[in-house]
Amino acid sequence: MRQLKAKAITQAIVELVKRANFFLRKDVLFALRQANLREKNRRAKTILKAILDNAAYARKENLAICQDTGMPVVFVQVGQDLKISGNLKAAINQGIAAGYKKYALRNSIVSDPLQRGKPGFSPCVIHADIVSGNKIKLTLLPKGFGCENKSLLKMFKPTASLAEIKQFIIEAVKSAGPDACPPYIIGVGIGGTADYAAQMSKKALLIKLSAKHSKLEKDLLKQINQTGLGPMGLGGKTTALAVNILTYPTHIAGLPVSVNISCHALRSAEIVL
Amino acid sequence: MKIINTPLDFNKIKFLKAGQEVLLSGTIYTARDQAHKKLVQGIQARQTLPFNLVDAVIYYCGPTQTPRGKVIGSCGPTTSSRMDTFTGSMLAKGLRGMIGKGSRSVEVRNAIKKHKGIYFVTYAGCGALLSKYVKCAQQIAYGELGPEAVFKLEVENFPLIVAIDYSGNDIYKGTSAL
Repeated sequence: MRQLKAKAITQAIVELVKRANFFLRKDVLFALRQANLREKNRRAKTILKAILDNAAYARKENLAICQDTGMPVVFVQVGQDLKISGNLKAAINQGIAAGYKKYALRNSIVSDPLQRGKPGFSPCVIHADIVSGNKIKLTLLPKGFGCENKSLLKMFKPTASLAEIKQFIIEAVKSAGPDACPPYIIGVGIGGTADYAAQMSKKALLIKLSAKHSKLEKDLLKQINQTGLGPMGLGGKTTALAVNILTYPTHIAGLPVSVNISCHALRSAEIVL
Repeated sequence: MKIINTPLDFNKIKFLKAGQEVLLSGTIYTARDQAHKKLVQGIQARQTLPFNLVDAVIYYCGPTQTPRGKVIGSCGPTTSSRMDTFTGSMLAKGLRGMIGKGSRSVEVRNAIKKHKGIYFVTYAGCGALLSKYVKCAQQIAYGELGPEAVFKLEVENFPLIVAIDYSGNDIYKGTSAL
């Protein structure tokens, strides 16, 4: 059985903290550039240019793309034939805290949601999955809360029409309005249970924006962009860059649908050890 | 491009219209959720506040830690609407300007009109870029709040868009979201 020291995981997480927060994802950059070429609206173009300039400046100066360096969310896929020596969970959280401190990111995490108190760098939220093989894949998604606050979950009846589901997703974007830093990336989870749909909607944000999209995803994107909300909510064709949907089998009695909106600064980085 | 300097007395903002782009220079103060809660508690308890609200500009911002060799880290705007419930009493105490992102409540719009205030938005999600316009940053109050402390910033040509002018014209009114 292959062995891996927990310390190696801590080091890998520190590196992911840097990559995710300083270097905007290539697929997101590409989508923003394409949007800038398509836009005719002067103000929308000015804002998209500022967003692109911001990404370039962050990369050059080793600065956080956004001051909201998020609640760090770490997706872990552990191969069942891998033996980790040490405490995996602690190793991940140590990497987060060390990385956020080292790269002068923001201490946005309060240890108690009700008492609040002075914020720190960790813990992160961990979603673990067991896969075949003897490797481990770590993916860090620092999720800003301007957009996380706009997340929605609805338990539809199993007889609900596709039109009703589409309407719910579009309304989620409309209700986020200009507040959550459009242009958005819309993560959607359909099926499973309430918690699993919510998790899928977050995980959907990891799918490359350049990936092949389904008819449903394309239709939704088109309708969302027809709202005219635009960059910063000040008008234009670019309200969202992509709609990514993940689905899972569900129960005969239900149809959970979760929407997780990301701001334009969709940040993530991954590594396989 | 119109350039304005703090402190923002009414004469400096009375010609500004919703939608107009301006550059701001001078002193601004960061304050977000918890700082607002404390400031309004201070107002209610008739305490002296950490800074003078009269003709002041508040920036809804919680910067990252300051990287070595820099004046400030990434420092973009946070969602303004979370501050809506606190804004009326701050405007009543003389606050003139606010900088943030996104739309405001009807109550805030009315309070801006009543007290002749102004609400600006700046490039949202562009905190790295906006740090270029900050020349000096000093924490002046509520250090226990970490990034939510009040920082006094000296800014130069900080880029803004007027979102609600003193007569209550609102750039977001009539968008599909409202």
